Amino acid sequence: MEKIPTLSYIRPFVSTRNACKLCSPLGACIAIKGIEGCVPVIHGSQGCATYIRRYLISHYKEPVDIASSNFSEETTIFGGEANLKIALTNVTNQYQPKAIGVATTCLSETIGEDVASQLSHIRNDSSNSNLPSLFTVSTPSYQGTHMDGFHATVLEIIKKFAKKLPPADKINLFPGFVSPADIRHLKEIIIDFDVKTTILPDYSDTLDNPVWDQYYRVPKGGTPISELEKMGEAYASVELGVFTTVKQGGQNGGIEVSGASWLESEHSVKNHQCILPIGMNSCDSFFDILSKVSGKDIPVKYQMQRGRLLDSYADGHKYIFGKKAVVYGEEDLVLGLCSFLDEIGIEVVLAASGANSGKLQKEIIKHCPEHGKTIKVISDSDFEQINEACNTIKPDFLIGNSKGNYIAGNFNIPLIRVGFPIHDRIGGQRITLLGYKGTQELFDKVVNATIEYKQNNSPIGYKYM
Amino acid sequence: MERIIKERSTQVHTIGTSVHDLDCEKKSLAGSVSQRACVFCGSRVVLYPIADALHLIHGPIGCAAYTWDIRGALSSGPQLHRLSFSTDLRERDVVFGGEPKLYTALTELIEAYQPKAAFVYSTCIVGVIGDDVEAVCRKVSAEQKIDVLPVMAEGFKGTKKDGYKAACDALSKLVGTDNEFQAPPFSINILGDFNLAGELWMLKEYYEKIGVNIITGLTGDGRINEIRQAHKASINVVQCSGSMMHLAKEMEEKYGIPFIKVSYFGIEDMADALYEVAGFFKNDEMLEKARNLVSEEIKTLLPALAPFKEKLQGKKAAIYVGGAFKAISLVKALRLIGMKTVMVGSQTGNKDDYNLLKKLCDEGTIIVDDSNPNELSEFVKEKGVDLFIGGVKERPIAYKLGIGFCDHNHERKEALAGFEGMLNFANEVYASVTSPVWKFFKR
Repeated sequence: MEKIPTLSYIRPFVSTRNACKLCSPLGACIAIKGIEGCVPVIHGSQGCATYIRRYLISHYKEPVDIASSNFSEETTIFGGEANLKIALTNVTNQYQPKAIGVATTCLSETIGEDVASQLSHIRNDSSNSNLPSLFTVSTPSYQGTHMDGFHATVLEIIKKFAKKLPPADKINLFPGFVSPADIRHLKEIIIDFDVKTTILPDYSDTLDNPVWDQYYRVPKGGTPISELEKMGEAYASVELGVFTTVKQGGQNGGIEVSGASWLESEHSVKNHQCILPIGMNSCDSFFDILSKVSGKDIPVKYQMQRGRLLDSYADGHKYIFGKKAVVYGEEDLVLGLCSFLDEIGIEVVLAASGANSGKLQKEIIKHCPEHGKTIKVISDSDFEQINEACNTIKPDFLIGNSKGNYIAGNFNIPLIRVGFPIHDRIGGQRITLLGYKGTQELFDKVVNATIEYKQNNSPIGYKYM
Repeated sequence: MERIIKERSTQVHTIGTSVHDLDCEKKSLAGSVSQRACVFCGSRVVLYPIADALHLIHGPIGCAAYTWDIRGALSSGPQLHRLSFSTDLRERDVVFGGEPKLYTALTELIEAYQPKAAFVYSTCIVGVIGDDVEAVCRKVSAEQKIDVLPVMAEGFKGTKKDGYKAACDALSKLVGTDNEFQAPPFSINILGDFNLAGELWMLKEYYEKIGVNIITGLTGDGRINEIRQAHKASINVVQCSGSMMHLAKEMEEKYGIPFIKVSYFGIEDMADALYEVAGFFKNDEMLEKARNLVSEEIKTLLPALAPFKEKLQGKKAAIYVGGAFKAISLVKALRLIGMKTVMVGSQTGNKDDYNLLKKLCDEGTIIVDDSNPNELSEFVKEKGVDLFIGGVKERPIAYKLGIGFCDHNHERKEALAGFEGMLNFANEVYASVTSPVWKFFKR
């Protein structure tokens, strides 16, 4: 058996080799799964829904039902409204959902489907009186990545549901694309701050259920629609991540909008944005924001967590100092990880993302005071680019999703699995990265990976560090 | 809530009580959450194991990303098939046409990776924007002096089965292009085995032991140059009849090569596969060798299966797999370990397959075509099964309900074909069904 071929030289490619991104409708489906009682429908070929289901199931290890409007040749020529109507009727009858979110595809976008007006036709058709709330999001897979689909869906959900209401004593939290365990941890933090909060999207249960005594066609959990309607009455939003906007308005330049920034401009909900709280610096910023918006001190529990994290930084710092890391994944994840690694003395030698917002380098420089300026950043990247770059940069470990495993294998170095997807291990949905607690888990993993590497490669072997 | 969508009720049949015939080979119903994929998927799964070819997916990134190195199809040599190449079309390509990008991508990849041939898969959008993929392939083929084969696999143009045909069409352009090759006597081709977890290697060993030579496994540990020689075989031995029948039939018409349909799962079907090939060659020595091989294998296998059978006797199983031919073998294989099939279905079975299943299974067994998670969860609950056999998409249905599961899909890492595979199968079923973890579940 030969090895998977790797080029020993670097040349430019217009093709993508082992994509480090996924398509937009996948992100839309994840966000839709975060709404209570909501079922995603993908408006396109059957394969889009099935492939995305398969991909999500392999990570979350949960049933992930996504319906398809199942385009045929006739649909492609004459339009998809009839099929969409059948799909919505069948989904309604089978699932009795509270809402259905329709994500478009490259196919339906290219043939020029106006899904919003199709939905209103279908809604106005009296034979469909039992249809639940319907909304749609434009997610052509030739635009952006799964993250654009995710954030566009968050924005569309708010636009669809948020009502003009007088201000109330509550906040909104936009966690971004993080693990179900991370969302659960964020909930715990909010409860401890004792501030009423709506989280969007909240797939902490729907994509990570406990075992069932009966089969739930629509898994329990998710942000209730009644909460979505009230997101405009919050006095503040906390938005995790800085690559959260999607372009709106198109032709005349367009403006960049996120769910939180739209609430700010349309409903005067003050938005507080910070990068993913991974690491001491960014967790401090996040907890400061929570303290500020809630008007409460940081609970002792988190001060203790912070203290223990700092204590462990002292315990572990020597084993990792100067180690070289390659980081890849979604831009917000990459930025969060870079900020963390930078503050613990690790040199990120390559930060790569399949996305291409044009802002990653700038943000990394801003948030990585130690090495930020020398970190090589590749946007619109793919795994083979990362693989080939590793020939010269010789990293000590990789950190990112499981798709980089083969690169770690090529260089016989550890891969620290975080993010999405984790297809070659169980528990990807339970990895906590956020907060002092998540950072602690990650820090221990990073330090132990380097110790284990040294131990395994030591001819003597040793029982003490 | 509806148990079954009305329009789908004819695709579900209970042996003994249903009056209608089972309806099948239909397009999936919109909104039904079918477990099927699309035309592209059909072509991609078939051609993927051809290890020394470049596989370039022409379209936006999703189709390539979701099919990157997802099958357990092993290669004994080159591993080029495990890289995922895409033209990764962007908005401007969609507006102005994707041909220039396809041309550049193909050229650069062929130069860099020096494949023996290239397959170019058309995805949904390519059919709509009107790229002339065939013309680009011809041009690059002439310039680079290798075969560049278009695979017309636009997702919406039918079902997964149409994708099988698109793959066979591409393969048939390669078959017969090496006429220099002289085949040894008793040469066969294996069609429709994907060498999952090295299964083809086991089969190869069996066939070689009885004096049969395999020219190519086409889609299992496949090589371009061997596929070119496939027309020199005396017979095509076809497994997974759904995917490769087009090619088998075409080769029969074009080269007069007959085919037989076999399965390698379970003792009975595995033995038959050897006997049928020996029978075809009308060679007594070969038949004798086949009998010896089977009896040798059984001599060790049956006692090894006995303890599993004892523990699994009377347990109930549900099967939902891609092809019905495999389901038929599985029903038989389960019997060998004392288990009874109470629900069986497939994504792409045909009338003949389902009729055979009806004959094979007991009264009360549910047979289902093109099912979905809601139906499957209802059926396994109704029937109180102890084991579900399926793939990634079926697995969480079983686990959520506290039911054992056996992966019998393309991702599997355990060889389940052949005699050795039967033991692995029994072991996997036993491990999942009798695991103590289920004691914590309310059933």
